[in-house]
Amino acid sequence: MTIWIDQDNCDGCKRCQRVCPYEGIALMDGVARVTDRCTSCGACVEVCKNEAITSDITPRAVPDFSEHKGVWVFAEQTDGVLADVGLELLGKARELARDLNETVSAVLMGQDVAGLCDTLAVHGADTIYLVQDPLLKEYRTIAHANVMETLVNNYKPSILLIGATALGRDLAPRVSRRVGSGLTADCTELSIDVDENTEGSKILWQTRPAFGGNIMATIANRYSRPQMATVRPGVMEKTIVENVNAEIIRISPTLNEGDIKTRILERVKELPKGTDITQANVIVAGGRGIKGKEGFEMLGKLAALLGGELACTRLIVEQGIMAQGSQVGQTGKTVRPEIYIACGISGAIQHRAGMMGSRYIIAINTDPGAPIFDVANWGIVGDVHEIVPEMIAQLSQKGSLS
Amino acid sequence: MKLVVLVKQVPNTTRVKLDPKTGNLIREGLESIVNPDDLHALEAALGIKEETGGTVTALSMGPPQAVDALTQAIGMGADKGILLCDRAFAGADTWATSLTLSRAIRKLGEVDLIICGHQAIDGDTAQIGPQVADWLGLAQATYVKEIEHLTPADPDKPGKPGEIIVKRRLENGVERLACQLPALVTVIKELNQPRYAHMERLITACTDKADILVWNAADIGVNTCDVGLEGSNTHVIKTFTPNFKRQKEILEGSRQEVVAELFDRLKKSDTTLSGKFQGRPS
Ligand SMILES: Cc1cc2nc3c(=O)[nH]c(=O)nc-3n(C[C@H](O)[C@H](O)[C@H](O)COP(=O)(O)OP(=O)(O)OC[C@H]3O[C@@H](n4cnc5c(N)ncnc54)[C@H](O)[C@@H]3O)c2cc1C
Ligand SMILES: Nc1ncnc2c1ncn2[C@@H]1O[C@H](COP(=O)(O)O)[C@@H](O)[C@H]1O
Repeated sequence: MTIWIDQDNCDGCKRCQRVCPYEGIALMDGVARVTDRCTSCGACVEVCKNEAITSDITPRAVPDFSEHKGVWVFAEQTDGVLADVGLELLGKARELARDLNETVSAVLMGQDVAGLCDTLAVHGADTIYLVQDPLLKEYRTIAHANVMETLVNNYKPSILLIGATALGRDLAPRVSRRVGSGLTADCTELSIDVDENTEGSKILWQTRPAFGGNIMATIANRYSRPQMATVRPGVMEKTIVENVNAEIIRISPTLNEGDIKTRILERVKELPKGTDITQANVIVAGGRGIKGKEGFEMLGKLAALLGGELACTRLIVEQGIMAQGSQVGQTGKTVRPEIYIACGISGAIQHRAGMMGSRYIIAINTDPGAPIFDVANWGIVGDVHEIVPEMIAQLSQKGSLS
Repeated sequence: MKLVVLVKQVPNTTRVKLDPKTGNLIREGLESIVNPDDLHALEAALGIKEETGGTVTALSMGPPQAVDALTQAIGMGADKGILLCDRAFAGADTWATSLTLSRAIRKLGEVDLIICGHQAIDGDTAQIGPQVADWLGLAQATYVKEIEHLTPADPDKPGKPGEIIVKRRLENGVERLACQLPALVTVIKELNQPRYAHMERLITACTDKADILVWNAADIGVNTCDVGLEGSNTHVIKTFTPNFKRQKEILEGSRQEVVAELFDRLKKSDTTLSGKFQGRPS
């Protein structure tokens, strides 16, 4: 497979360069040339208006997927408690289903979990596939993958969303391999778009960070179904549906202990230290600009006055001032509070990756050039050790604080 | 014990620089390293080898220069390296990558344990391990933070498989899991402290004497249409620099003024919390 560029016909318009996802084209002396990053994907061939690009790739046929319908969500549960991420995904699934004019289904597996169906319905499931079996009491990879594989093959969904939790990330790749479909991990955005390559059929656009969050990539799955994606907790928003009337489809799986190959010996709960910042309405976050533990005590006062929680950057965790569970960012938590107050935080891309879903962002930093200001609604250039006490003072003066 | 470790060469994304004008990634001069989690996988395999005996094979799919990752693995103590290298493998998504890796493992014959990193820092997908396990029909344990115990299958007791007992790190606790061998485990950094490469071994590993094989698509018996970009179901349709910019209104004035201004903005905003900012002091 090769791509050729006819240098005489190239007018250096750069369209091919822009469309190339792999930086496989570079402009040299005003004409496009193929670089060694080229993967022969052929994206450039179509956009060249001078027809200067040719290739020997035979276009891959897109199979007929008209039988595949519906947006599915895996409803993760442990010990009879639903994981929030499943409910969040139902919210997103509704949006996608509306754009596709299809319905939303939840897949619920476990033992004695029928009681959870109401919650799934309220959060947006039109249909619930309820799979109960003693062998599904606890999550075990092969058992759950077997069930999911059978369901997908029998009911042929078009989209399957799974939470990017420890459990979801263990299960999703195995299911994707089984059903022969692509899987995009840790998506931050999902939308339905018309695919020009496949005569206007509607496909799922899956956007995720790549290269350590330095760039975003939009990925499509044209050649297999279901289109599978995982999404981290806290990224999507729950919705509540009125006039609930979900159909429950009960399924008895055929499982054998002998096929499962693993045994759970013990589960030790270690409650995460501190509070859950992903649920907070207000977050006061501190970075290296905050002086030591006392500085964080000051931020804690502000957080308390606003009924919020304290969070921090990675450097603060590394310095041992706060626990890992309070870290916001790419390698920490994704949060989306109504108000995020960033105090003495520079706004490195890895930090921003975890807080951009916040409704309002406020930045306080001595350096007017700090990147955090670019992503803030309101910024104050100043010393946090002066501004925050002033905020505390003004808030405390008011009688109406609840 | 026959152990296989999957190692990937990745760009050091912690040192990534963006072109300030175009916002594109500057790839030139980006150093390549062994994926950090994979060093922990190697350490685990070498530890098991020291205890129970056996061989450690490091396996990687990548461009010709990925041989450096195998050199480092041998430097640390792996017995041999295999590089899966073919132009047909380029542009693979995780489905095609896992197919390629699992075919190579099959070619190695009976393997007791495959160890890989939890995730690679260039893609962060954490999919390869479970997918390889699935191609091979093996049990898996992901997020492994401790390998407690390992009993190889006893040839005197046919039908009774060996077992590995691990501790897995989950969001809200730890799970102890017994997994039938052969199995695949993916490991996290908490597991161990990787050793440094041994200088002498490293030097030999860099010469032609090093036990490093290079296999192409034909060697592992895959059709080129099933691997690489052609065998992939997912494709990147565009990449872009995230644009997170907001209005960036910088409030000016004295300390009292800026804070009062800020609270005024919040009070007038549509947050459900605007009530908290009522009664602005004079
Ligand atoms: C792979 C990878 C993953 C990462 N993941 C994360 C992650 O998940 N989360 C995360 O946060 N980071 C992460 N990082 C680290 C990230 O790159 C940054 O190093 C980190 O976010 C910076 O933290 P900071 O803003 O606290 O510190 P700095 O960058 O040092 O910024 C401190 C800021 O405080 C300001 N300042 C100083 N004194 C005052 C004062 N008195 N008043 C007001 N302002 C003051 C300074 O002007 C400066 O802007 C990751 C890095 C890598 C390589
Ligand atoms: N090209 C590759 N060659 C060898 N091992 C790989 C390759 N890609 C991924 N792996 C292994 O799979 C793990 C998870 O990678 P990923 O699924 O890409 O996050 C890595 O830590 C490696 O152990």
